[in-house]
Amino acid sequence: MAQPSGRVTYDFVTRTIARTLGNPGKGYFLLLGAAVTLLAIGIICLLYLLRYGLGLAGYSHPVYWAVFITCFVFWVGIAHSGTLISAILFLFRSGWRTAIYRTAEAMTVFAVMTAALFPLIHIGRQWYFYWTLPYPNERGLWPNFKSPLIWDEFAIGTYFTVSTVFLILGLVPDIAAVRDVASGWRKKLYQLTALGWRGTNEEWRHFTRGYLYLAALATPLVLSVHSVVSWDFAMAIVPGWHATIFAPYFVAGAIYSGCAMVISLLVPIRKLFHLEELITAHHFENLAKLCLLTGSIVGYAYLCEYFVAWFGGNAHERAAFWYRAFGPFWWATWTMIICNAFLPQLLWFKKIRTNITGLFVISIFVNVGMWFERFVIIVVSLAGEPFERWSNATYNPTWADWGIMAGSFGWFFMWFLLFVKNFPAVSITEVKEVLPPPTKGRPAEAHAR
Amino acid sequence: MSEHRLPLRLPGPLHDLFRPPPTPGVLGVFAHLDATVDAIQRLQAGAYQSLTVYSPVPRHELEDVLAQPVSPVRMWTLIGGIAGCAFGAWLTLYMSYDWPIVVGGKPIGSIPPYVVIMFEMTVLFGALSTIIGILFNAAHAARRLGTIAWDPRFTNDKFGVFVPCGADKAGAVEKLLLGAGAEEVRRA
Repeated sequence: MAQPSGRVTYDFVTRTIARTLGNPGKGYFLLLGAAVTLLAIGIICLLYLLRYGLGLAGYSHPVYWAVFITCFVFWVGIAHSGTLISAILFLFRSGWRTAIYRTAEAMTVFAVMTAALFPLIHIGRQWYFYWTLPYPNERGLWPNFKSPLIWDEFAIGTYFTVSTVFLILGLVPDIAAVRDVASGWRKKLYQLTALGWRGTNEEWRHFTRGYLYLAALATPLVLSVHSVVSWDFAMAIVPGWHATIFAPYFVAGAIYSGCAMVISLLVPIRKLFHLEELITAHHFENLAKLCLLTGSIVGYAYLCEYFVAWFGGNAHERAAFWYRAFGPFWWATWTMIICNAFLPQLLWFKKIRTNITGLFVISIFVNVGMWFERFVIIVVSLAGEPFERWSNATYNPTWADWGIMAGSFGWFFMWFLLFVKNFPAVSITEVKEVLPPPTKGRPAEAHAR
Repeated sequence: MSEHRLPLRLPGPLHDLFRPPPTPGVLGVFAHLDATVDAIQRLQAGAYQSLTVYSPVPRHELEDVLAQPVSPVRMWTLIGGIAGCAFGAWLTLYMSYDWPIVVGGKPIGSIPPYVVIMFEMTVLFGALSTIIGILFNAAHAARRLGTIAWDPRFTNDKFGVFVPCGADKAGAVEKLLLGAGAEEVRRA
């Protein structure tokens, strides 16, 4: 953490974070109300879709992967920076992560929960979703494990489970801390969820070791999940999809969009819950540096794609990329390029990296740009597929597409807001760890686990 | 003690099993880390064993002075990971040969794509067995230590040392803890 002031003591940390669990004020309820309204819109659209079928969405040949799959990849991408911050930066002993990793981790879990809805919506007959699972059945059928879609099912399932247990494990000592200063029904809730934690040397011995191994397991998982998602596309021969660069390209993009979403979430949370002394400009600056790094990798990947399309000499590939930049969807492509590759270059300037309002605005543009990146990769590649050019393809999303997409934002923000209101949104234990411990003699050094 | 327990009433025999009587001893409450370390060193020099140390955060100073063995949780992780990898291999190969259809001209049992499933299962089983390992070991310790004195301030900003001892030694332990800098001592 950046230079904590003298008043930031162990007790101050506990009290400040426990205060976030009290009455949050009007701003919080306005945001929650907006989230629930969006969710209601999404549910209504989904009910119509269930009643009248996928024809209500804007699918038209050959664009059969569209807004729902775009949203799926977008939300899986958002999920990535949470585990990056909580696991990878933990292994690198980055002390600055301690004040923000809980928010990022919660964001991960809720983003995967949101992402997982979209393949279900997309399959049309949701009541048959279990057909993709390997279960013994009367026809002796098993899933095709050579299909990237089945890899994805296992990757997302594993990622959700591991992220959730990682979040819950880290929460246990913090819930115990708020349990011991809470009262009323909250105390009972925390008594139940703290699992009897008392902070003994035995508990810490097993906890710290287990947490380390979980971080070590989650680290390759972060890199693998979006690689597997990218192979959903790269294993197909559609021009614009069939590229070996896809795995690192997708992973960098996922971390990029995730970091931008962490900034978008932290700015209002910090303000609403008065966490200015714990979440400082230093944290935002480091997040901005991560955005700059990953955003530059993404920009490089865009260049590579176009260069290879030109230099490779494959007529179909060239046509696909020409269609992207100058075809009917040029506006989507240029929104993506400007928001993701050009705008974040402003983050080279320290003044912008430490200007929280400026960062918030940039993060919103990055979120928009990253949604369009997935739209361009999925929809525009299919619409401009040279093998199918005879079909004179076009694609227009309908109210059902937009409504369900809006609903997914409502679903995500509703869970996130409920979480930050009812559980410690900043890790009490880890923030204390990076403070110098109270001593009566020579001051001891702060350390990160 | 045990203010954090839910007020569940247990039948007689279960009560004796799950709510055993408190362990006699002395609990010292410390405001400072170095005083806690000093107290532990003095207790160890006085041949007091089975100390329980409470802290709001894990600290290397406490780990070093207690010289505890490495947690066995690592074995749970290793065994879980290996089991997961084996399960992933079995799942993919068995199901492929049980329903042998050539896809994309590839062998029925095609290892490279199955590595993805084996990897995911390694991580999944490894992570879940790590959690079970933490819960099992911590619950085992809690069962063993569940009868000793505790203070809710230990999860906030105080450190604590519990010394199990009879009434005959309690006075000497209290004196030792206060001498090391305890701001409060009490008998259990």
